[in-house]
Amino acid sequence: MQTSDENKLGWAERPVVQQRIRYALYVICGLLFAADLIVHRHTYLAIEEIPAFYPVYGFAALVGLVALSKLLRKLVGRGEDYYEKEDEHVA
Amino acid sequence: MSLEFHPFLPFLLAALFACFTKGRLRSIIMLLAPLVGGFHLLGVETGTIVEYRLMGLELMPYRVDALSLIFGYIFHIGAFIAVLYSLHLKDTLQHVAGLLYAGSAVGAVFAGDLFTLFIFWEILGLSSAFLVWASRDERSVAAGIRYLVFQVLSGVLLMAGALWLWLDTGSLLFEEIGLGAAGGWLIFLAFGIKCGFPFLHNWITDGYPASTATGTVFLCCFTTKVAVYAMARGFPGTELLIYIGAFMATYPIFFAVIENDLRRVLAYSMINQLGFMVCGIGVGTALALNGAVGHAFNDVLFKGLLFMSMGAVLYVTGTTKASELGGLYKKMPITATLCIVGAVTISAFPLVSAFISKSMVMAALIEEGHSIIWMVMLFASAGVLEHAGIKIPYFAFFAHDQNIPAREAPVNMLAAMSIAAVLCVAIGVFPAMLYNILPYDAPYSPYDMTHVLTQLQLLAFAILAVVFLHRSGRYPAEVPSVNLDAEWFYRRLFPRFYQWLLRLLVLIGNFFGGGLRYCSASLLDGLNKTHGLQGTLGRTWPIGSMVLWVAVLLSVYLILDFN
Repeated sequence: MQTSDENKLGWAERPVVQQRIRYALYVICGLLFAADLIVHRHTYLAIEEIPAFYPVYGFAALVGLVALSKLLRKLVGRGEDYYEKEDEHVA
Repeated sequence: MSLEFHPFLPFLLAALFACFTKGRLRSIIMLLAPLVGGFHLLGVETGTIVEYRLMGLELMPYRVDALSLIFGYIFHIGAFIAVLYSLHLKDTLQHVAGLLYAGSAVGAVFAGDLFTLFIFWEILGLSSAFLVWASRDERSVAAGIRYLVFQVLSGVLLMAGALWLWLDTGSLLFEEIGLGAAGGWLIFLAFGIKCGFPFLHNWITDGYPASTATGTVFLCCFTTKVAVYAMARGFPGTELLIYIGAFMATYPIFFAVIENDLRRVLAYSMINQLGFMVCGIGVGTALALNGAVGHAFNDVLFKGLLFMSMGAVLYVTGTTKASELGGLYKKMPITATLCIVGAVTISAFPLVSAFISKSMVMAALIEEGHSIIWMVMLFASAGVLEHAGIKIPYFAFFAHDQNIPAREAPVNMLAAMSIAAVLCVAIGVFPAMLYNILPYDAPYSPYDMTHVLTQLQLLAFAILAVVFLHRSGRYPAEVPSVNLDAEWFYRRLFPRFYQWLLRLLVLIGNFFGGGLRYCSASLLDGLNKTHGLQGTLGRTWPIGSMVLWVAVLLSVYLILDFN
């Protein structure tokens, strides 16, 4: 009985809930994208006048950030005891 | 005002009393310090000044103006929240160090001269080091020493710079300094260390995660914000700060994405937020400075809230490593909710506090024509969403349920987090609460159609990107690791270099030592003949012969004197 309780999925782990949250996000993104075409934004910079500048920039920024971070991990990632080992060595 | 006292006093007294009291009495005394100080501050008028002369120096230990006052308010709020958060502890060291630390931050922002500032600057550094050491394990002792080295270095630079300025100008008053004189550069660097300038920032990412669950909450409130205050007063409009700030806002977010320890993720996130403030100070217009100061005010609340939620996780589970956490939302629903409020706030969604302060810096960047820096900061804004907005709550409370034994955090922790969360939302909904106490005159309205829409677009599509990366398996997994940062230079390269240098010196010594020994052998032989054990001068002489010679000497004196 207790094991089945422990294995019971919480609400956030149910695939249905996750799917609904995802769909809600897609709808929100779609609406915000559409709003960009309807609403006239005040712009200060030339680059802002590109249609859908903010959505594209937000998406690209995140993809670029994660891609570069993965490269960074290859460059600077070390074992968890990196400095401990070194400290012993120095001592 | 009927009763006037220096705002450091309540904290000092509470720290003294906390040494001798315990239990409920100590709790009351500790909570009273920021309350008494805070309510007193509400009645203090700008322009209040206390001056006196000490050994020919014009000192101003207490000066109240609009800039110091807003920092005074937030430090009292921050101190109250941090004290409330740490009430369940029975650790006198942390309570006393925490109160002194908060008090010295308050003292520093009301210091009108560089000498007083230096004194509070040093108490700030020393008392906070004890909060790092309070973890009482090997890691925190080492991290605390490294932390203290940076604090002391900053203090020494401040003192040297202040003396240099004093020699040049004959005044120690803390006004706008600028980079004109060499002393100014030293002070700039002193403030910069505590601001977390690039390559001088590792005391934050190294020290903060090593502190206790409660210690980090104190730490994140004060040191860096005192530095932002000092920078805003001493170096407003210094163009260099725009570029330093932009760099600070960007490079930590890459480290935050791959960092496994969630409290270190928050430490990187803190440098990123400081980047926005430093950048605003660099722009230096009234709007930009208001943005920087307002963002510092809000940062105490939302970064404090995030550190508190991770502190609660650490307190309950014993770790904040993302690779070991997950699924806690079932056992800690209130903490999870409050953490999400903090995450939404730092991401600067409309209707929360960061939205109304960060946007002032962004607007000022456009107004002053820094469009490339503006693009960089926009990238950094999207990056905040990833590491602080999604990563922190997701890996701690959702992700893969690891079935860790856990329970909800203690009531005092929840209360402290709730106060911070309520303020985060309240300031976002009623921006006038913050705008009315901002130091400079620059009307700004955050809620116009374009601003709300563009911010929502940026953030929603950034979330979409995370979902896309996650579902396509491209999102980097959490792995236990150490990521090398600038600290590698002093934790690995310099010790290595030092070892290498020692070995080299030994080699050189051996090489020349051989030759020297040969040359000196004959000299030593010669010396041995005269001064050696059997040498004429080195021999032991019988006492009798010495007495004889003394007798001879005395008789010679006698004869000479007699004549």
